[in-house]
Amino acid sequence: MSQLNVQGLQFVRSERRILDDVNVTFDSGCVTAVLGPNGAGKSTLLACVAGLMKPSGGRIEMDGVPTLTMPSAARARRIAFLPQSPEIAWPIDVQTLVGLARIPFHGVTSEADDVAAVNRAMAITNTTQWVKRVVSTLSGGERARALLARVFAGEPEWILADEPFAGLDPAHQFEAADLLRASAAAGRGVVLTIHDLTLAARIADRIVILQDGRIVADGTPAQALTSATLRAVYGIDAEWLTVPGHDAPLIAIHGRAG
Amino acid sequence: MSRQPRWFIPLLLVVVTVLACVSIAVGKVNLGWDAWTNQDDVGRSILIELRLPRTLLAILVGGALGLAGAALQGYLRNPLADPGTLGISAMAALGAVLSIFFGIAGLNPFVLPVCGVLGGLLGMVVLFLLSGMAASALTLILSGIILSSIAVAGISLALSLSPSPWAAGEIIRWLLGALTDRSLDDVTLAAPLIAIGAIATLSCGRALDALTLGEVGARSLGIDLNRAQWQLAFGVGLIVGSGVAVTGIVGFVGLVVPHLLRPIFGARPSALLIPSAIGGAALVLCGDIIVRLLPGGTELQLGVVMSLVGAPFFFALLHSMRRQVT
Repeated sequence: MSQLNVQGLQFVRSERRILDDVNVTFDSGCVTAVLGPNGAGKSTLLACVAGLMKPSGGRIEMDGVPTLTMPSAARARRIAFLPQSPEIAWPIDVQTLVGLARIPFHGVTSEADDVAAVNRAMAITNTTQWVKRVVSTLSGGERARALLARVFAGEPEWILADEPFAGLDPAHQFEAADLLRASAAAGRGVVLTIHDLTLAARIADRIVILQDGRIVADGTPAQALTSATLRAVYGIDAEWLTVPGHDAPLIAIHGRAG
Repeated sequence: MSRQPRWFIPLLLVVVTVLACVSIAVGKVNLGWDAWTNQDDVGRSILIELRLPRTLLAILVGGALGLAGAALQGYLRNPLADPGTLGISAMAALGAVLSIFFGIAGLNPFVLPVCGVLGGLLGMVVLFLLSGMAASALTLILSGIILSSIAVAGISLALSLSPSPWAAGEIIRWLLGALTDRSLDDVTLAAPLIAIGAIATLSCGRALDALTLGEVGARSLGIDLNRAQWQLAFGVGLIVGSGVAVTGIVGFVGLVVPHLLRPIFGARPSALLIPSAIGGAALVLCGDIIVRLLPGGTELQLGVVMSLVGAPFFFALLHSMRRQVT
């Protein structure tokens, strides 16, 4: 059981307050979705928590230890970050891509351990058949799976994913979501940003909504995604429906709020 | 996790060894095998004082340029990066040339290589400041053009204002790049500097691999990019600077070699560093042998031959990249 504790987080860039006194505690073992309109500060929050950006103020602690003062390799072993539509600069094969996750483990684990972790990650994500495939020849959905395999190969306690479902078709969205959910069920902490409200309602255990750098809602999907909140945050006229015969929510968006 | 063919590095080393033997064997004078053992022989002094330094420098400088090219390409995530195209070689040459121009090169044999190294280091720092880390091909090539033109303009200025014909001749030699008339002193000067730079460069390997996932990806893997950047600037500046200080500008080695080896060793940047160094040595040895085998009274300069071969290759590379995009 691990906790990421964000206290009074401030992030100011070019005199613009991107994050303004954000207080939130993420728990492992569940999927937390961070929602909010474009520019609300979702990606910045994730990047700060992952230690990629230095906040202007506030504290971020992992189980009581400030993440900013941790050695970067030690932090990278515990927190994995999946950037939004990540670039892959060279035509490397899938196994090499997945193996990059072991870079922070240099000198910590044996090469046999590294190989084993890579193989496990590729088995979980069902990417073993692409060991030698060059990443640039994969389709978008296949690529997403390979990138998730890269994240899993670090066997981190935390997975922070910035828009992991962007650009994927519905089947591949659920495929990726299932992998992340299974990972949370196995005890990891999963925090992701997402724009699709229905998908968020279905896959997240908890939803945190950001607006103009502040948290405006935090709770279960049903608590957070109310018509009033969605109207206030996104300026849309939307309602929470339950699909008959399925125990699954649907956020019906009727249009922009008049 | 490396699945590169194990036999290929030994094969490259064999190629370099064979080329080194050929390089020692060819020249204006035909020497027998007994030249090594014969004391008081002109042949022996040709071997030790002329051919051996030439061969060793070809290996050293070729290795330095190949390694620098592979490291720069990995760091900038761009197959067009190379000490030549980015203006690092020209900056190093400017450093060396200025030391001749101001007459300080004669004070101490170390002055000229040190000035070359300073030029190379300055070039790296300016390049990183100009282009930043997330350099697009465009900013990168533009930065290279800026650096090259400043350096070449400086060299030309030094040439036109040069105090003596001797200095002018020396300056032209640095512009063209050659391995002729070098001594073992040049080898002992350049070798330690190149070795230090190579160590600094090679130890960036993991950072280069992590950068395959971009700047953010590399940071999330715990890489201190700031440190990697300065370490690479130091390493590449040192090896290119000291290489150029003894041979002048030899272009295209760092561009061509990693590109040729990538299909064999895979595209992972760290896996390409050492093969590119060996491949660079082979290429420069090859070029220097060709220079000496070409008929004609005066020897062609090595840098000229490399550019004659390298420029069309560069063109083909650009062309194939354009096809990939469209």
